[in-house]
Amino acid sequence: MLILTCPCCGVTAEETEFHPGGEAHVKRFGPGSNDDEFHSYLFEKVNPKGVHFERWRHANGCGKWFNAARCTVTLEVFGTYSAQTTEPPQDIKDKISAKRPGWSWREFA
Amino acid sequence: MKRYSAFAVAREALRYHMGWERAWASPEPKKKYDVIIVGAGGHGLATAYYLGRNFGITNVAVLEKGWLGGGNTGRNTTIIRSNYLQDPSAAIYEKSRSLYETLSQDLNYNVMYSPRGVMMLAQTQHEIRGYERTAHANALQGVSTEFISPSRVKELVPIINIDGPRYPVLGALWQPRAGTARHDAVAWGYARACSAMGMHIIQKCEVTGISREGGKVTGVTTNRGDIACDKLGIVVAGHSGHLADMAGFRLPVESVALQALVSEPIKPCMDVVVMANTVHGYMSQSDKGEMVIGGGADGYNNFTQRGSFHHIEETVRALIETFPMISRLKMLRQWGGIVDMTGDRSPILSRTPVEGVFINCGWGTGGFKAIPGSGWGFAELMAKGHAPLCDEFSLNRFREGRFIDESVAAGVAH
Ligand SMILES: Cc1cc2nc3c(=O)[nH]c(=O)nc-3n(C[C@H](O)[C@H](O)[C@H](O)COP(=O)(O)OP(=O)(O)OC[C@H]3O[C@@H](n4cnc5c(N)ncnc54)[C@H](O)[C@@H]3O)c2cc1C
Ligand SMILES: [Zn+2]
Repeated sequence: MLILTCPCCGVTAEETEFHPGGEAHVKRFGPGSNDDEFHSYLFEKVNPKGVHFERWRHANGCGKWFNAARCTVTLEVFGTYSAQTTEPPQDIKDKISAKRPGWSWREFA
Repeated sequence: MKRYSAFAVAREALRYHMGWERAWASPEPKKKYDVIIVGAGGHGLATAYYLGRNFGITNVAVLEKGWLGGGNTGRNTTIIRSNYLQDPSAAIYEKSRSLYETLSQDLNYNVMYSPRGVMMLAQTQHEIRGYERTAHANALQGVSTEFISPSRVKELVPIINIDGPRYPVLGALWQPRAGTARHDAVAWGYARACSAMGMHIIQKCEVTGISREGGKVTGVTTNRGDIACDKLGIVVAGHSGHLADMAGFRLPVESVALQALVSEPIKPCMDVVVMANTVHGYMSQSDKGEMVIGGGADGYNNFTQRGSFHHIEETVRALIETFPMISRLKMLRQWGGIVDMTGDRSPILSRTPVEGVFINCGWGTGGFKAIPGSGWGFAELMAKGHAPLCDEFSLNRFREGRFIDESVAAGVAH
């Protein structure tokens, strides 16, 4: 069971109050992109064993979307942050680097 | 390998059971094999078995990071059925179901296949239409199913409540030759048969890297040293994305937890398998008398083999309305497995961008039933480069928009 804090309204609650929304920071490709880009955008989800960035919705609360940084192996939540950003904020990145030395960062777009 | 038989049981009974052999050998890894299979779950072991049996390829190693059958194969609720909607699915699942019918004899190992019948309840008008359509599709595919009435449901399952206020039973899709089998025995039976053919099953051997040269696989790195191979089969369920990463490609797969639970053992009360997909719950009774219960998968990526409590709570809550008598049962154990979900809820049996690397994954919540058929098809794919059972399930189908969409028919654990 996860405990998440909604950065939009500040409420801290367990996971039944939220709804998972899949991978965060997906770069969208539409008309004009090539087949590889479109295929990768539509289907090739990152599925890391370890640090993961995802979208969540405060479904039974304020109703807003936000992002969470979480470990898929230990279920530790490193932090939640606004969805209006293209990459995780520096303080969350620092926390993850400190807790998971050797974790290699992917490109965010 | 000494054969198991009634005579062997009698012979051993007379000599304090001192003559039983180990079911499979535990050899040290060699420097090189023709074929390496990563993952000694049912699908990996069945692939190795049919490589040997159907194609005479026996210089094979199956590498397993834990113990064989300790992944989803040993964690599932063992429902075997083949009443799928799409033709490619019906082909591979029905091949599999029919192999199960004689698997105990073929392997000389009792896998306890019990074709007790599987019933999928229709509890909404939408489901009635969906299952009637599936029954018609099955008739064309040569899979024996029928749509049955609520009174027939009650006759087959006396403990069911067919006129519940919220989830009335309006009918069911019934497959009389579907059923269950003993999950461990399926893995053990294949492992013993592979070992008897001289194949190496190497446990506690984790693959940590995949070596390539000029776009072609050359071998694997493991915690027990480097091992070379000509062909590599990746058959690791929830860890497929992780292994694909090592080989340098990505998969349309996400790993989530799926849970199951069993009750205390009780007297026989239900001799068929009942699935209720609207409420995301299903139940059968094991030979020991436990009620075996499963539900839907969790909603977020997870590698913990645990899962969230509220999912089993929802499942049990819904099943109690359909089976009021289980409300007083104590639940004994709960566990989870990491299942590999694809977007169309169909598996991937395919070549990959790396020459010599083949992948068998995406069985998600429903691959136990497919073990013999998948092994049969995937062995042919690895031996010959293509296979009628697998061709539709290639990795390219996503790029080409050729989905095998089973999520509309049964987007539920099974
Ligand atoms: C709770 C639950 C209920 C289910 N119920 C049903 C059901 O009723 N009917 C049905 O048909 N299906 C069901 N399933 C699905 C079914 O269990 C799976 O689809 C099937 O068992 C997958 O088999 P597999 O051989 O592909 O994977 P697994 O049995 O998981 O085997 C993969 C193996 O690969 C190994 N591995 C992973 N990484 C590495 C590595 N780096 N190196 C070496 N080895 C590695 C793992 O340790 C594991 O043993 C259920 C699953 C769960 C979790
Ligand atoms: Zn909120």
